[in-house]
Amino acid sequence: MKGYRKYFLNKLLWLLITAVFAFLLNFMLPRLMPGDPVAAITARLAQGMSNSTGMKAVYEQYQEQFGTNKPISEQLILYLKNISKGNFGRSFSQFPRPVADIIKSAILWTLALQLPAIIVGWLIGNTLGVLAAYIRKGFDKFLMPASLFISSLPAFGMAVILLVIFAVDLKWFPTSGGYGYDLIPNFSWKFIWSVIVHYQLPFWSIVMIAIGGQAIGMRSMSIYELNVDYVKYARFLGIKDRKIVGYVFRNAMLPQITGLALSLGTMVGGALFVEIIFNYPGLGYTLLNGIMGQDYPLISAVTMIITAMVLFATFAIEILYGFIDPRIKAAQSD
Amino acid sequence: MKNTLRQVFHSGKFVVGFCIFMAMLLTVIIYPLFIKDAPLGIIAQGTFFPPGIYVSTYDSINSNTTYTLMLNDAVAKRIASKLNNDDRLAMKEWLVGVGIPADQINPEDTAALLDQWEKNYDPAKKIPGMIFAKQRYYQRLNTSISGLLATEGEILAQQNAETGTLEQIGMVNQSDFVNISQVANVRILPLGTDNFGRDVLTELVKAISVSLQIGFIAGIIATLIGLVLGLLGGYLGGWVDDIVMFFTNLFTVIPSFVMLILISYSIGQDKRGATTIAIVIGFTSWVWTTRAVRAQVISLRNRDHVNLSKLSGHSIIHIILTDILPYIASYVVMALILQISSAILVEASLSILGLGPKTSDVPTLGLMMNWAMIYQAQILGKWWAYFPVLLAIALISFSMNLMNTGLDQVFNPALRD
Repeated sequence: MKGYRKYFLNKLLWLLITAVFAFLLNFMLPRLMPGDPVAAITARLAQGMSNSTGMKAVYEQYQEQFGTNKPISEQLILYLKNISKGNFGRSFSQFPRPVADIIKSAILWTLALQLPAIIVGWLIGNTLGVLAAYIRKGFDKFLMPASLFISSLPAFGMAVILLVIFAVDLKWFPTSGGYGYDLIPNFSWKFIWSVIVHYQLPFWSIVMIAIGGQAIGMRSMSIYELNVDYVKYARFLGIKDRKIVGYVFRNAMLPQITGLALSLGTMVGGALFVEIIFNYPGLGYTLLNGIMGQDYPLISAVTMIITAMVLFATFAIEILYGFIDPRIKAAQSD
Repeated sequence: MKNTLRQVFHSGKFVVGFCIFMAMLLTVIIYPLFIKDAPLGIIAQGTFFPPGIYVSTYDSINSNTTYTLMLNDAVAKRIASKLNNDDRLAMKEWLVGVGIPADQINPEDTAALLDQWEKNYDPAKKIPGMIFAKQRYYQRLNTSISGLLATEGEILAQQNAETGTLEQIGMVNQSDFVNISQVANVRILPLGTDNFGRDVLTELVKAISVSLQIGFIAGIIATLIGLVLGLLGGYLGGWVDDIVMFFTNLFTVIPSFVMLILISYSIGQDKRGATTIAIVIGFTSWVWTTRAVRAQVISLRNRDHVNLSKLSGHSIIHIILTDILPYIASYVVMALILQISSAILVEASLSILGLGPKTSDVPTLGLMMNWAMIYQAQILGKWWAYFPVLLAIALISFSMNLMNTGLDQVFNPALRD
């Protein structure tokens, strides 16, 4: 267990460092850009306003609110203080609702949608990848170009296609929202059923996107693995094919777990666009609303939460990986 | 070099991908030579005109020569196109109401249906339970059907400027035809118009070309950064490698789209040109190339020929250029192809969010998609506004992925089929 603790502490330290950097980027990037963000916001808000004293008042008010009239170090401290209290400021577009409140209502939808979908897509994709590598001829010929084509579609493209086929043409599922627009969230069967029905299309869109990319990666990984000596030996021993595929699956799976950790950010990004296409009430949709409403506090809070979620999920996967792969422990205890 | 190329072009996957890509590239180059309309020019008043050939009604009526074609099925076709499905079902409903067995009525068979209708319809007859509005509907339907069945043509009239009365100046018979090549104004819109009333095909071709340019700029920037960082980290090792790896790992876990969103939002709509977006994408997507290049360089670093070169006192630049770069060239090309295709996807995603290039300048694939989504083309069933765009994105990226897989199989023999 000693080796594992070292691994754990190492990863924890790395999590902290990335979190600090991500936080700094979130803070610095908009401020580093040429031009004055507050001036830009004022200009947007004051469109059509001819009164220059009024515009100046608006400008000064926002300057005060963001603290952009103070030196940058002081701004950072102010920012840190607010964030640590969970205070992301007030939303412009849904004034005077606090940003934290908006995020709170969106985050659960995103978690409930993306977490299962990405895991399911990853599992199916990997299984198909191994099968494609093992069966090769025929199956591989068909599956390979198909998954290449699917993974060539952008995330929103897959969502739009599913939407048009299953919601607009066949009318099996609703086109948008997280639940029926005529319902108020409560614990009735009607509401739960509505949520389940609305859940299907976004869920399967994310799954389909994940399958394409994972299947291709797993296929190459398994082809390498199938040429390794132990597989040939197992074949000589006359072990059943199914069992060999199981071994290969387990061994080729390990790099795929790291692969999941590395590509999680991209996947979550893609899933956010799926939410947007289906108007799913999660973070992606909130982000779009923020951008449409020129709502800077909301945008910055959403990007921050998404970054935090991705960082934490990556950390969790790496910790899990340490448990699964005994080589990690061995390497650390040397 | 020649041998490698020959080998590459023997790979089926690469050739297919290459052909698709070249076909798109050629379309983008050749199309504007023949059709010189402005890609963002608004030609239609109204949204989402369906694909088809648009013939000027005014010009065809006033065309110099009219031809008379006696076609037997002309009347049937004319009626069939005017009677929509709902009307047919309503007619069936009436006929059932007056006592004709439902299995003798076929709403699809226009001639038989009209025959039955003419025999049985009586405007004065009241069917029990039918509301007044519905009765009026049947009366209107009957009038329009008898209008359809009329055999005389339509009269063209002109207002007399002095007396203000209408005077007949011509007659359009039912058997009159014009030759489309003699009509002055015919516009072919193979993909209809979009929500602003622009020709979708012209716009799409321009959008593909702009998106490809964005892809190339972003891909080249990302590959150059990745190549330099990867070479430095991999070859020099030590603290340089530590720093490179630190930032690479950092930006692998921090989602690049978060940075993209923050940067593009901060730049502001007016200053976001297509090139700016391309540069921003390039600067946020070098991570994977760096990783791949670094891993390759590390495996090359201690090869005999590199050591020999070092012993011969060649400079680092010389060693990198002659002993390392040629060995990783295939990986760099593959990484470049992937970067280009992913940059095109990233631009499309950014535009969906409303953070793409500014909308007044040039169309891009993402912007076209964004406009279609904002005007709900997908829900209204206006497939021509979004499906060709999606197909273009998918084809570009598919062709590049295919080329990449083909190259991968040439350079990694273990992956070959």
